[in-house]
Amino acid sequence: MTTNSLVEDYHPRRVLRRVASPLFKLFCLLATFSGVVALAVLLGALISQALGKKPGRPWYAIGQNAVDLARFLWALTGRSQDIDAATAGFKAGVVSSLWLLVLVALFAIPIGVGAAVFLEEFAPPGRWRKIVQTNIANLAGVPSIVYGILGLSLFVRAFGVPNLAMGYTLWAGALTLSLLVLPVIVIAAQEALRTVPKPLRQAALGLGATRWQVVRDHVLPAALPGIMTGVILALSRAIGETAPVLMVSQADSILTPPRGPWDDYAALPVEIYNYAKEPAVAFQTVAAGGILILLVMLLSMNAVAIVIRHRYGRHSRG
Amino acid sequence: MNAMPRDTVATTGPLWAKRSGLQRLEGRAVSIFLVICTLVTALTTLGIVIVLGTETVRFFQVSHVGIGEFLVGHEIEFPNRAGGGPIHFGILALVWGTFVIAAGACVIALPIGLLSAIYLSEYAPRRLRAVLKPALELLAGVPTIVYGYLALMMVTPALRALLTPLGVHVDTFNALSACIVVGVMIIPMVSSLSEDVLSAVPRGLREAAYGLGATKFEVSTKIVLPAGLSGVVASFILAISRAVGETMAVVLAAGRQPNLSLNPLKSVETMTAYIVAVIGGEAAPESPEALSLFAVGMVLFGFTLMLNIVSGLVLKRYREVY
Repeated sequence: MTTNSLVEDYHPRRVLRRVASPLFKLFCLLATFSGVVALAVLLGALISQALGKKPGRPWYAIGQNAVDLARFLWALTGRSQDIDAATAGFKAGVVSSLWLLVLVALFAIPIGVGAAVFLEEFAPPGRWRKIVQTNIANLAGVPSIVYGILGLSLFVRAFGVPNLAMGYTLWAGALTLSLLVLPVIVIAAQEALRTVPKPLRQAALGLGATRWQVVRDHVLPAALPGIMTGVILALSRAIGETAPVLMVSQADSILTPPRGPWDDYAALPVEIYNYAKEPAVAFQTVAAGGILILLVMLLSMNAVAIVIRHRYGRHSRG
Repeated sequence: MNAMPRDTVATTGPLWAKRSGLQRLEGRAVSIFLVICTLVTALTTLGIVIVLGTETVRFFQVSHVGIGEFLVGHEIEFPNRAGGGPIHFGILALVWGTFVIAAGACVIALPIGLLSAIYLSEYAPRRLRAVLKPALELLAGVPTIVYGYLALMMVTPALRALLTPLGVHVDTFNALSACIVVGVMIIPMVSSLSEDVLSAVPRGLREAAYGLGATKFEVSTKIVLPAGLSGVVASFILAISRAVGETMAVVLAAGRQPNLSLNPLKSVETMTAYIVAVIGGEAAPESPEALSLFAVGMVLFGFTLMLNIVSGLVLKRYREVY
């Protein structure tokens, strides 16, 4: 073997290797930012759509534009559905979605956290627990529209039993959405419970606490920030869902916001969908405004989740 | 027990107080409540299967459509009156539409998601990562109706502006803009799941490769990626499943033209879009057309369930154990 071939062996494709590495890094960087940038661009376009053309004012007059936008969104929350875009708004949608938020929280939080506590703290490990766990993971992957079908048959029509059928009421919508987000809450709560250190439980048990006392007084408080974060994210998913709510509501004819859980309703995303379907340009502006209202609601929920994670996150790690 | 002198307790029973009746009652009640909570999840699955199953059977009974025609046919025809000729219903065009959307979305999302996962786990400085990860998760939290609106109002006009000068006709409702937004929608799913697996690859493997003179590119693609391959593949399959089940973006952007063509600039109808169309239509609750949505839902549920199970198996079976 000559010296030359030895060098070849130790430096195969030297130039290529030197170029490939930074090039690859650049590609990865571009890929990472592409999604975020695409969304930012589209949101910018959305805002300008909602704002409409203001003659003589450039886009960078941010203060004035922000005031205008806020006024527009506020006006939209005060108007009902209309076939005239100039007076159309999302009054019923905003109120309905807030109702849904409360009702879903009422159902999904206790049941979801309860199931998580059972699986993590009480259930004996074994075949049954594994089956339930797999089932929950699969439920989380079921398309949301399938939950809509389930809600339509089970809650709205109750298989045709007239006394049990709820019709297209808030209850039916809330129960459907609760089933939809239940697996999400269970999985998030389980993860939060798993971060609570074992010695905490052992110490409490060693002092004579019952299993339930250990969970109630020690494990749940320690896991609470994590559970809250998961719950808020799940609820914001429920508020943003369109397809299942479309199936368990008759939103077209809802002009007044619901007053109680037995009233008919029109969730905000469904109203947005109904406006977005309209070909007239004026309705696109209304739909864009509705989307911004929805995003403001979701972002404020997300912000609460982030604050909770930051403020309490460190203590729970024990 | 109560009458015994204090010092004999140690020899006859435990030193500590027995659980009071109230405590035992509480424990029992709590256990029952928790079991019921857990049963709700099992009953949900049961409910889905029962609802889809019974209504699908009724669809076949009422419509007189054979299972063979349902699976391989592509015509969808519901005569308005009872005497208006036989009902034709084949799901093939809907499955094809779903496949076109999912495949197009994957072409966009899988490479971008994987590259960003590699960037986040191998290249990104710690601080940038702390910003980028939540940003990507925020992307996943945007409601699908928003993506649908953006596809219809912004992506399609952009495509038109781009392609019309080249002499290509773009339909108002087309598969391509739906593919693009569904792709963007599932990027975070691929990247965050893959990133979890890639970061879990032990440092020793990387350091050994660096010690042998490998570049960062070689470590990423030849060491880390193969080691985390099972998680990456599992995340791909989950993303496909999500694209298959995606509804609102497809309803708004891709329209409802059952179509067997490969042209992405034409309108297609997916299974999910068909379900929404039937719900929004005039069909009476017990008519064959209304029942057909359950049959389509059954197929959709079957598809996604299969993908989710396969994804779980891949993750479990081919996981590298360090």
